[in-house]
Amino acid sequence: MMKASKIFLFLFFISCVINVPAQDMSALVQKVKAKLDLVNDYVADGKMKTDVAFIKAPVGKIKIFFKKPNLFKIKRNNGISILPKGGVSVNMSSVLATKDYVALAAGDAMIDGIKTKIVKLLPMNENSEIILTTLYIDEADLLIKKAITTTKDNGTYEMQLYYGNYAAYGLPDKVIFSFDTKDYKMPKGITLEFEDNDKPTEAEKLKARKGRVEIIYSSYIINKGVDNSMFK
Amino acid sequence: MWTLLQIELYKIFRRPRTYIAFVAITALITIVQLGLKVDGKEYAAFVMADLSNTLQIDGKIINGYFVCYVLLQLLLVHVPLLIALIAADMVSGEANMGTLRLLLAKPISRTQFILAKFFASTIYTILLLVWLAILALFLSMWIFGTDDMFLLKNNYAVQIERVDIFWRYAGAFCFAALAMTTVAALGFFLSQFAENSIGPIVATMSVIIFFTILSTMSIPIFNLIKPYLFTTHMVAWKEFFDVKVNSDNETIRGTIQRPDRLINSALILFAHIVFFVGASLYVFKKKDVLS
Repeated sequence: MMKASKIFLFLFFISCVINVPAQDMSALVQKVKAKLDLVNDYVADGKMKTDVAFIKAPVGKIKIFFKKPNLFKIKRNNGISILPKGGVSVNMSSVLATKDYVALAAGDAMIDGIKTKIVKLLPMNENSEIILTTLYIDEADLLIKKAITTTKDNGTYEMQLYYGNYAAYGLPDKVIFSFDTKDYKMPKGITLEFEDNDKPTEAEKLKARKGRVEIIYSSYIINKGVDNSMFK
Repeated sequence: MWTLLQIELYKIFRRPRTYIAFVAITALITIVQLGLKVDGKEYAAFVMADLSNTLQIDGKIINGYFVCYVLLQLLLVHVPLLIALIAADMVSGEANMGTLRLLLAKPISRTQFILAKFFASTIYTILLLVWLAILALFLSMWIFGTDDMFLLKNNYAVQIERVDIFWRYAGAFCFAALAMTTVAALGFFLSQFAENSIGPIVATMSVIIFFTILSTMSIPIFNLIKPYLFTTHMVAWKEFFDVKVNSDNETIRGTIQRPDRLINSALILFAHIVFFVGASLYVFKKKDVLS
């Protein structure tokens, strides 16, 4: 009899655990979105540093344009800019632009000494390019400190955001964007470099798997209007 | 010596054959420029296809600096053949026309005679490169405008800032002048041994083609002899278009990745010139001139 009651209690406990609904974090995400929605558009000046092992690129001055809901463009002043493909994720407003997702709690984490809520965003649309977005949200200041986005075609991106003067608008001072890179090897017929180049070392090959783009924002001009032609 | 040089230059530029090279270069460059002007975007998409899987590259990839680099890659392999047309004819041409003995009857030393002819062929070579620079660089800059250069190497890509490019072209053309003078010196040397122009011209072209094939084939046994072939060093001008990076992988403006390679190649090419001209002098001084 005692044994049967123990089994019953155990099964009851398990069923309770299984039936606990995942905590809906839509409210928190909506609060963050409401903060970001204060910004209708902006033009920002900054610097961009591209660190991909198989690319030698200089640090360049850039201008960044944003307009609601999801228009975003980075233009290098007089030069060529290199960005990870799927660059729409470089800003958080674009990530949260759609309402078509489920937000689930996934615990807490410390980012740079600040306690953050981990929120998983699952898109409702099966055809969405984004499979999953994980946000690390500073609940007190309603700031996204880190975001990891997994896409169908362009791999996984990680974005770390650092805030300063424009934190009130949810706009970062610095964004570090990490992404997967594929092996780079060009046929000699395309490069027309028939002589042997230096071969990459094993360490370089390992490093080559991860790329990094760092954007440092120096100033923002917020809600002063941005022409659509800037995004072409 | 100056008078002799003027006479030799007059003889070179009096022949219609001299202008074949200028016309050929003009035709090749304008055709490539036209093609890139019309279908440049498609060409850029084709060469960037591999990178486009991961990265989005915005900007004017097909610009004057990039076009000039493509043209130099294509042409600096073939220009030696055009130089051989003149340089390998310098002495053998005189022998063929029967004017060699007549010329040497004048009160000039054989050394002066040979050096004047060699300097004349060098000036022709340099003028050809100046023409190449005007069309490939300046005309391309005018047609396509300027921007950063984004170059694809076999194992990596390099972005060079617009303000950091022009001096590299100045260096590359100076290096190309050294490389082409080596070809002129080879052709000139071979022209000592024949009494008609065809032989030395074909021999010079054959040596260049043969050595170029050996230089470009990545077969281990050939790798042993590559450093000793002057054709291996002729392409070292490309070193001007590779930049050093700092510990953060940022390019350092005004640097060259492997300056030691550039200097080494320049010295080897210069040594070849000295050898070929010295050997030409030696052979010609000993030669029994009968034609």
